[in-house]
Amino acid sequence: MTFNIIVLAKQVPDTRNVGKDAMKADGTVNRAALPAIFNPEDLNAMEQALDIKDRFPGSKITVLTMGPGRAAEILREGLFRGADDGILLTDRAFAGADTLATSYALSMAIRKIGKFDIIISGRQAIDGDTAQVGPQVAEKLGIPQITYAENIEKIKGRKITVKRRLENGVEVVECPLPVVITVNGTARACRPRNAKLLLKYKHAKTVTERQTENIDYIDIYNSRPYLNLTEWSVEDVEADKVQCGLSGSPTKVKKIENVVFQAKESRQLTDDDVDIEELMKELIDSHTIG
Amino acid sequence: MNNLFVYLEIEEGVVADVSLELLTKGRSLASQLDCKLEVIAAGSAADLEKIGEQVFPYGVDLLHLFKDDRLSPYTTLPHTSILAELFQKEQPQICLMGATIIGRDLGPRVSSLLGSGLTADCTSLEIGDHEDKKAGKIYKNLLYQIRPAFGGNIVAWIINPDCRPQMATVREGVMKKEIFDPYYKGETIEHDVADFVKEEDFVVNIIDRHIEKSKVNIKNSPIIVSGGYGVGSKENFQLLYQLANVLGAEVGASRAAVDAGFVEHERQVGQTGITVRPKLYIACGIS
Ligand SMILES: Cc1cc2nc3c(=O)[nH]c(=O)nc-3n(C[C@H](O)[C@H](O)[C@H](O)COP(=O)(O)OP(=O)(O)OC[C@H]3O[C@@H](n4cnc5c(N)ncnc54)[C@H](O)[C@@H]3O)c2cc1C
Ligand SMILES: Cc1cc2nc3c(=O)[nH]c(=O)nc-3n(C[C@H](O)[C@H](O)[C@H](O)COP(=O)(O)OP(=O)(O)OC[C@H]3O[C@@H](n4cnc5c(N)ncnc54)[C@H](O)[C@@H]3O)c2cc1C
Repeated sequence: MTFNIIVLAKQVPDTRNVGKDAMKADGTVNRAALPAIFNPEDLNAMEQALDIKDRFPGSKITVLTMGPGRAAEILREGLFRGADDGILLTDRAFAGADTLATSYALSMAIRKIGKFDIIISGRQAIDGDTAQVGPQVAEKLGIPQITYAENIEKIKGRKITVKRRLENGVEVVECPLPVVITVNGTARACRPRNAKLLLKYKHAKTVTERQTENIDYIDIYNSRPYLNLTEWSVEDVEADKVQCGLSGSPTKVKKIENVVFQAKESRQLTDDDVDIEELMKELIDSHTIG
Repeated sequence: MNNLFVYLEIEEGVVADVSLELLTKGRSLASQLDCKLEVIAAGSAADLEKIGEQVFPYGVDLLHLFKDDRLSPYTTLPHTSILAELFQKEQPQICLMGATIIGRDLGPRVSSLLGSGLTADCTSLEIGDHEDKKAGKIYKNLLYQIRPAFGGNIVAWIINPDCRPQMATVREGVMKKEIFDPYYKGETIEHDVADFVKEEDFVVNIIDRHIEKSKVNIKNSPIIVSGGYGVGSKENFQLLYQLANVLGAEVGASRAAVDAGFVEHERQVGQTGITVRPKLYIACGIS
């Protein structure tokens, strides 16, 4: 038995290591100052896909990402770790998408891929932080979803069994294929890049990358088709432009404010016994303690 | 028509705190908008027995009951069908749910089905107007959905000018729950579940489920002694437990301390942990 698996992966600014220059003076995010990374939970998703491929050799993993041209980096990263194929969904018309427009675009690309049994995404992206894209892709495709997954326990026939991590416990569910699964950060970490695959796919590029980087070697790209990363536009996936990007987004950002952490009532005390005693007295008097 | 709806999360017959908190917020928004506050409860007959008495004191005008033993515990598809069908009939202007595992599973699915926008993890909800200068249009009484993003480095004000309902999720502890009127009387409608849910909605089977009641109660604790990465080790955290013991406090922790394995996740304070409102917060080794 083999399965066609699609991994949804997003390139995100690394919001976990935000430095001083991460925000511009006007309160907007300075994306250029943040390193672009593979969304962390999408790596957990990737590992679940690789694990299925280990268990069912011959299964195929396609990494699908929507983003600007540079998001092709994500596809190579996926190939280095064991994916078979990568597709970049890129078009100016996709820009400014909220989660609904994002999932519409992704679902159209998935329809274009055609054959799929298991779609695996991360639970949540660390920039938008919504965790909405996975369930919305499932709805757009009219198939069930299993969110907050920690492990794919088994696949038997056309039934998949998945362990979910809930707030205060675990749940094991069984569901028919095809399905969308969103994977939690508590799931197993992704295996590292494979040295052989790194060599094999180092020069895998999209057409646009080859054009902008002036890479000639046409012969190589002709003789090694696996080095050609697929690039799809709105027309390629037969999407309705109105439902894409900004125009397809019911939510609009009215304004954005920089967060300035600030203690409203703060007082500095020394570690002198007198100071500490004063504070204790005050807290007891106000019935905060005791 | 065009009322404000709250989806109730129910575990073993008890309405979750996060839902009650949303009722308090929902009541005040509904009064401001001069509309009704309606709630949806879907679950087994046993689970739904005492919902009315739990929610009416929060100012609920109408309780929609959907009784079917297959609706507890929660699974995605039947609950989605109920909300989508009901909303198509009732045309609510606003729908609120908890930013819990259930709310974040259900909300996006419903929003996609209805084509209405959903804002995740709001920390504040307000009513206000919006002028679209380009289209020369003024929108009255929109829901401003205010939420952090980019790892908490920015706050975005999100609106939903054209599609209804305006949907938002809110994390537990962010809103304050308060009884509106202990004698408030609302109405109850019991719907026929078969009109809303299809057989195919039950394709996902829960084959095992372990839920533990949380032992830690940092959300409601008036004093919290919190430790960060600087505490250094699990052993050192014992010092915080000792202090907490003396003060009658609970021990909290930063994400860095949780990630380092010093403490369990249940004690994490913050955006991806628990929102707390103590009178006194003592931070040790937190940057
Ligand atoms: C400040 C701010 C606030 C926002 N708030 C909202 C909001 O409340 N509601 C809303 O609808 N939109 C919101 N957005 C827009 C949202 O961030 C984008 O639509 C984004 O493209 C997808 O949402 P996410 O990052 O939250 O992804 P999530 O839904 O958190 O992502 C879940 C998973 O879906 C997959 N995935 C997501 N995006 C892609 C992609 N481009 N390519 C491939 N796979 C992908 C990944 O596997 C990912 O792990 C906001 C954007 C900003 C900048
Ligand atoms: C999407 C997202 C969500 C997040 N959600 C949360 C959340 O919910 N909750 C949360 O807490 N964090 C969250 N974070 C992480 C947050 O941004 C910080 O990284 C984290 O809170 C830092 O924890 P810390 O202060 O314990 O560690 P550090 O920043 O490492 O600080 C340790 C402090 O201890 C001090 N110290 C060291 N040794 C000693 C000593 N011997 N005595 C006294 N002091 C000492 C150090 O000087 C330093 O000030 C989130 C991040 C992201 C990106």
